Amino acid sequence: MSKPLIGVILGAVLGAIDGLTAWFTPAVRNALAGIVFGSTIKGIIAGVAIGFFAKKFHSLPIGILFGVLVGAFLAYLVALMQGGYYLQIILPGTLVGLIVGFATQKYGREERPAVSH
Amino acid sequence: MKWLSDDKLNHLRGVVSEPDFSETKYTFVKELGRGGMGTVCLVEDRELDRLVAIKVLNTPEITDDLRDRMIREAQIIARLEHPGIVPVHDVGTLPDGRLFYAMKYVRGSRLDEYAAQAATLRDRLRKFQSVCDAVAFAHAHGVIHRDLKPQNIMIGAFGEVLVLDWGVAKIRDDPRSSPFYQTTEGTVIGTRHYMSPEQARGEIDQLDERADVYSLGAVLYFLLQDQAKVSKGARAIIAKAMADAKENRYATASELSADIGRLLDAEPVSAYRENAVERVGRWVSKNRFLVLLVLAYLLMRLLLIFTSRR
Repeated sequence: MSKPLIGVILGAVLGAIDGLTAWFTPAVRNALAGIVFGSTIKGIIAGVAIGFFAKKFHSLPIGILFGVLVGAFLAYLVALMQGGYYLQIILPGTLVGLIVGFATQKYGREERPAVSH
Repeated sequence: MKWLSDDKLNHLRGVVSEPDFSETKYTFVKELGRGGMGTVCLVEDRELDRLVAIKVLNTPEITDDLRDRMIREAQIIARLEHPGIVPVHDVGTLPDGRLFYAMKYVRGSRLDEYAAQAATLRDRLRKFQSVCDAVAFAHAHGVIHRDLKPQNIMIGAFGEVLVLDWGVAKIRDDPRSSPFYQTTEGTVIGTRHYMSPEQARGEIDQLDERADVYSLGAVLYFLLQDQAKVSKGARAIIAKAMADAKENRYATASELSADIGRLLDAEPVSAYRENAVERVGRWVSKNRFLVLLVLAYLLMRLLLIFTSRR
């Protein structure tokens, strides 16, 4: 499995879980479908970015740092649009970025340089 | 009459049994070991000014045919250029008619000594995999070792693994080939605890690569016997390598090496079909850090839910 694909799958799954937890907040329960959709898309975008980064740069600490930054930035944008719940949105988003950053560095097919004959 | 002390007697005995290197380019330094086949000595190569190990065969009366075969055998083993196989440098005859061959002098410890030095399970498996690779290389060149055991495997000063003592090796599919000692049907060669059932029965014609695979399995058993945590996969690998019927063993040393590689990578091994629980357990054990991260994430989500509901 390629690193971007791992990023997409993990980002989508964790993003969907992220969104589903909104069910426990009664104030936003009515908008659950939209939240899950948005959160999943956010996870996929983060996964693609982090996955492609991992494909180009092979470094666990830098990959994790990049994941944290991307996750935090995207979550911050969502929190801005929401106009609140900064901690509830940014903290999980950052952790999702960290997990995806770690997983894409650790797993997935390495790119092999082309061999000319 | 003057009586000689035991020490002096032992010294005299040693001097008398020392191989005579007088008409060779070698100078005797000390005896390294003695076995049923021959004596291994540390000697100095005066021409190249280096230490080499020399194995002198114990049989002085040797026919021309056997001499030719031994030299041919040494030539073939000398062609096995692999980092895991001790190279043969020279072959010749001592003034007393005994045949010898010179090989690289390996500084380090034998595999059994290495294992006794509390090497970790992973280290032992890695070393064992290197042994398998060296043996697989020899097999690919048609050479079967026939006497693989921890005492014939050296771990060098830099951790390199070297398979020694190819003295009873057999060249497969070569009608002119025979081991150093004539091995007709019914002759038993090798070391009892490490030899395959067909080898123990003296079925020389039946011996192929799988006889070495059996010995490798016995070596692996030796390496893991004092380990508290030996996985079912490792036990299954030993059982498959040491199957009584050679048809049930790994077909090649490469296959055995590949299974050891999978074991080291926490991948499923071909010798053992694990159930769903074991599969999940292995995956979790292999991906411990990722699992911890996801658990930390879920815990954090629970905490956030809990605090936001207050």
